[in-house]
Amino acid sequence: MQQYEWDFGAVLAYWPMLLQGLWGTVAISVLAIILGILGGGLVATLRMSRHTPLRVIGTIYVEFYRNTPGIVHFFWVYYALPVVANVNLGPLEAAIIALATQSSAFYAEVLRGGIQSIGKGQWEGATALGMSHTEALRRIIVPQAARRMVAPFVERSFEIIKTSSLASTLAYGELLYQGMQVASITYRPLETYTLLALIYFLLLYLLSSLAKLAEDRLQEV
Amino acid sequence: MNDTPTPDTGAPILRSVGLRKSFGSLDVLKGIDLDVKRGDRIAIIGGSGSGKSTLLRCLNFMERPTGGQVILDGERIGDARVAKDGSETITYRERDLMAVRKRVGMVFQQFNLFPHMSTVENVMEGLVTVLRRPKAEARERAAQELARVGLGDKLDVYPGRLSGGQQQRVAIARALAMDPEVLLFDEPTSSLDPELVGEVLRTILSLAEDGRTMLLVTHELGFAYRFATHVIYLSDGVVHETGTAEEVFRNPQRDKTRAFIARSSEFSL
Amino acid sequence: MGYQFDFSMVIKILPVLWRGVIVTVELTIACLAVGLILGFFVALLRVSPAAPLRFVGRAFVEIFRNIPALIQLIWFFYAFPIVIGAQLSPFVAAVLGISLNTAAFSAEIYRSGIQSIERGQWEGAMAIGMSRAATFRRVVLPQVFRRMLPAFTNRAVEVAKVTSLASVLSVHELMYQGRVLSSTFYRPLEILTTVGLVYLVMIYPMTWASAAMERRMRRRA
Ligand SMILES: Nc1ncnc2c1ncn2[C@@H]1O[C@H](COP(=O)(O)OP(=O)(O)O)[C@@H](O)[C@H]1O
Ligand SMILES: [Mg+2]
Repeated sequence: MQQYEWDFGAVLAYWPMLLQGLWGTVAISVLAIILGILGGGLVATLRMSRHTPLRVIGTIYVEFYRNTPGIVHFFWVYYALPVVANVNLGPLEAAIIALATQSSAFYAEVLRGGIQSIGKGQWEGATALGMSHTEALRRIIVPQAARRMVAPFVERSFEIIKTSSLASTLAYGELLYQGMQVASITYRPLETYTLLALIYFLLLYLLSSLAKLAEDRLQEV
Repeated sequence: MNDTPTPDTGAPILRSVGLRKSFGSLDVLKGIDLDVKRGDRIAIIGGSGSGKSTLLRCLNFMERPTGGQVILDGERIGDARVAKDGSETITYRERDLMAVRKRVGMVFQQFNLFPHMSTVENVMEGLVTVLRRPKAEARERAAQELARVGLGDKLDVYPGRLSGGQQQRVAIARALAMDPEVLLFDEPTSSLDPELVGEVLRTILSLAEDGRTMLLVTHELGFAYRFATHVIYLSDGVVHETGTAEEVFRNPQRDKTRAFIARSSEFSL
Repeated sequence: MGYQFDFSMVIKILPVLWRGVIVTVELTIACLAVGLILGFFVALLRVSPAAPLRFVGRAFVEIFRNIPALIQLIWFFYAFPIVIGAQLSPFVAAVLGISLNTAAFSAEIYRSGIQSIERGQWEGAMAIGMSRAATFRRVVLPQVFRRMLPAFTNRAVEVAKVTSLASVLSVHELMYQGRVLSSTFYRPLEILTTVGLVYLVMIYPMTWASAAMERRMRRRA
């Protein structure tokens, strides 16, 4: 076998493109996380509602997203949603809608899991003090649940960052898409994709180390 | 049954000489000398944290001693190596320790039954995987042992469906099936509801009638008095007082022993 | 609005989608089998008493968990062949990428399963003279499989979803067929919605089974 000459220099020469891609990844991830938290709160409220129709809607929403692949959501939003809703969506808008609706479902489960992990005794204790349902939720349940939700919340957010790479299939210029351009310009797919893998690894590893630090802090108080 | 002679005859089956164990800087056992003859029933008593469990666990090498020796049936366990300065270190080979555990059985406070195996499978497990007995023979033997502890009708039940007392009796049957020469009990009734303690103690007493060699850690001093031929009072990692059950319980020689026995309010001889 | 949903289109594309379903199932089974077996050995490294082995296991898990699955697929299809000097079929590249990803996640399932077995189980077995190996095989592992069955089923759900990414490498699985049909017939709404529903029908039973097992275990505990 002939020796392959590695040349990362050729790829690194295009660093502004990659940096732009990294920015794209961060931008859609952050937006999707923010929108996902808001949507997740709404969906969780539906899922835990006392009214059966609302609960059913919440459940269907969550189950649909849990049981279908992310790439289907991206394609559906980009190609099918404009047909139903009669709107025009660019890759950026489509990617954000797909990511945010999907993460709403997952965050909703994090919220619900956390709240339901608090025993009935806590609800009863609060109610016995004369608190209303909302007061009990806000003052007794959520503060305890929050701590347990940190780890799954972080895990879900990492999934969103990784899933944002699917936006490349809609030709949105996030890191993977930019990398594909660099690979085809330089004819250096080995170096390019290895570099991309490394960037993602470092990004997520760094974030997860930070998250672990924050988590430990939180457990101490 | 075993060819167990009557108490206090012949050479000791199990001995420890200057047995030491420390966890890091914590010295738990500070040189324990122990002689167990065939048919002896030794009750080990002492305050919580005094090293009773550690002593038992060193005798069947669930914990590796950090000093001293264990001698099983005249044979010293482990390979001694003498350093240039004359000090001796003992290394243990896992294979040798497994051989010891085959001969020295143990019953735990928490039973430690295997939840994914039925009662009879729990008792068969050692016979099949350790002693390599054929399955049919092992099953028959296991059924016998279970019948002996009064659970002949629970062969195919899973441990999760049994009461604590029944689980502990299965654990005793599991140990007995291996035909151990010495049987160790570490507080076998401490995690049981009070109404279930009796059935387990009766089972243990029935083994005494068979002449089994046993060491028992317990807080039930009344039972210890009825059960034991010898008593060891452990305190601060040393044998503070030892003698026959009669001597230690009726006429303790040292203040600390006397105080300990007096403190155990449930004790009535 | 006034868009007419064309049901006849749904009927028309079902035979083609069915061919995709078969490939999706093949991919899922292959990746799951390889991933679960490989993951087992990675888990053994993770719990090994030897620090260097533990490090190797940890590195494997961190690398394949923190890099987006799509990057792994693309890397194995476009970059890996350069390293080994031989072309890989899209199917093989997809199996490689997804299996390693699955192995990393399953290794963590095995590991937490092994570590969740109480010390008393080891001691109970050792006290009747069983070797470490025999204890692991006969006492610990069967309980790990039982306890972790819901987690492994969840992993199977994730694998089934991730196989959709193989469409990017033109593996003729369900999503690929959907993408091709959608651009052939200009009926993205009908076609992509159908694709989503087919995934739902395939995957939902596994999610349901996993939840049912979890409920039963909680009841028993
Ligand atoms: N594995 C271990 N690691 C560290 N310390 C231990 C360990 N096992 C026991 N100890 C310590 O050794 C001392 C004696 O413990 P143990 O033998 O269990 O006492 P007893 O059974 O008499 O209550 C205690 O202080 C205990 O904390
Ligand atoms: Mg103890």
